[in-house]
Amino acid sequence: MRGGRVVKGVRFREHVVVGDIIELATRYRDEGADELVFYDIAASPEGRSVDRAWVRRVAAVLDIPFCVAGGIRSVADAEEVLAAGAEKVSVNSPALADPALVDRLAARFGSQCVVVGIDSETTPAGWRVHALTGDPGRAHDAGRATLEWMREVQQRGAGEIVLNCMASDGVRRGYDLAQLAAARAVCTVPLVASGGAGTVEHFAAVFTDAGADAALAASVFHSGAIAIPALKAALARAGIEVRR
Amino acid sequence: MTGRPTDAVIVDSGGANLASLQFALQRLGATSMVTADPETIRRAQRVVLPGVGSAADAMARLGQAGLDRVLPALRQPVLGICLGMQLLYDRSEEGATACLGIVPGTVQRLEPAPGRAVPHMGWNRVHARERHALLDGIDDGAHFYFVHSYAAPVTAESIALTDYGADLTAIVRQGNFLGTQFHPERSGPVGARLLANFLRLAPCS
Repeated sequence: MRGGRVVKGVRFREHVVVGDIIELATRYRDEGADELVFYDIAASPEGRSVDRAWVRRVAAVLDIPFCVAGGIRSVADAEEVLAAGAEKVSVNSPALADPALVDRLAARFGSQCVVVGIDSETTPAGWRVHALTGDPGRAHDAGRATLEWMREVQQRGAGEIVLNCMASDGVRRGYDLAQLAAARAVCTVPLVASGGAGTVEHFAAVFTDAGADAALAASVFHSGAIAIPALKAALARAGIEVRR
Repeated sequence: MTGRPTDAVIVDSGGANLASLQFALQRLGATSMVTADPETIRRAQRVVLPGVGSAADAMARLGQAGLDRVLPALRQPVLGICLGMQLLYDRSEEGATACLGIVPGTVQRLEPAPGRAVPHMGWNRVHARERHALLDGIDDGAHFYFVHSYAAPVTAESIALTDYGADLTAIVRQGNFLGTQFHPERSGPVGARLLANFLRLAPCS
């Protein structure tokens, strides 16, 4: 999300508008999406929190769970987003700036409301966490190794982890199965794979080979390259249980 | 305000996200209100006890409003959702909390295991053990959306189960009290149907 529209980039750059929030939310609901995630990508870089007005409009039309992320820096911010109808809040850059935020959110709302998003870059020094990735000019290494940060946020009370493998994001060459499998091994909470889905086979592999609990994708759905009903039919044929 | 009585009163148990439940009832054309007022709850056609957060927090809030005594005495249809269902039991291991004591038993912590992440968050099949009007028109094995770290064991009051590493209570019934471990308001068309079924239960059963 940026400026009230849904946008999508490639490797976190060159975002283009793909549509209206409510139109897309309704379309994905009707196509059988199991959960929607909304990232207000400009919120943290702009030093503000996510806009509540559209959260409420989305909540009015959605009958599936949805998660909201973007500059949620306090219990009060999260309370407003949840009160507007979101099921979960996801924190990323604010948790890196203030790790105890995860503890406070889990204590107030329970772990099941608290998702930690991790943007992980593949570097010569290994998998590294990056912050403020919504703004290409300000994105930077957050000074943490990805797997260590995953362990820490779980101890602090994260109830779900969305691991976005940045090198794969938006390029549709498949999820980073090696990184996701390593993440699965240190993750006792649900692990959501993000970044790189391009084909139906990529989705199947992230469940069977990396053991992810859920797969998140944006580009292939926004563009219409993969339709959710066809994806679910193919996953079912591959022996993966899906809601139909 | 119209002259007809509110279809369902939602108990304000301090949960942060009551909006999703209100929107779900609104989409069904039902009227609802959120309150912690004992008299309003006593006189309600139907009562929904939602709950997000911890059992201890929710019981403390219900206690402050005097609702720990009001709720067990209700005679109209009552639907507990998620933590709201767990509160119907005698006790919860979560914070060793004494709950409403309507359904016998203790709610237990889900332990993580390989292939079983905790919290349990996701869509799981629900299988009925007996017929109930709440499940009218809903296929056996339909998927509902679950989000929880504690669960009720299978007892005589469990009318539907889900398998998450082990069988858990998905729907409980004790007289006029019903509870779902899953969130019908976030379970797509089948969840909407379950809520519509609840709204059709007679106010005085």
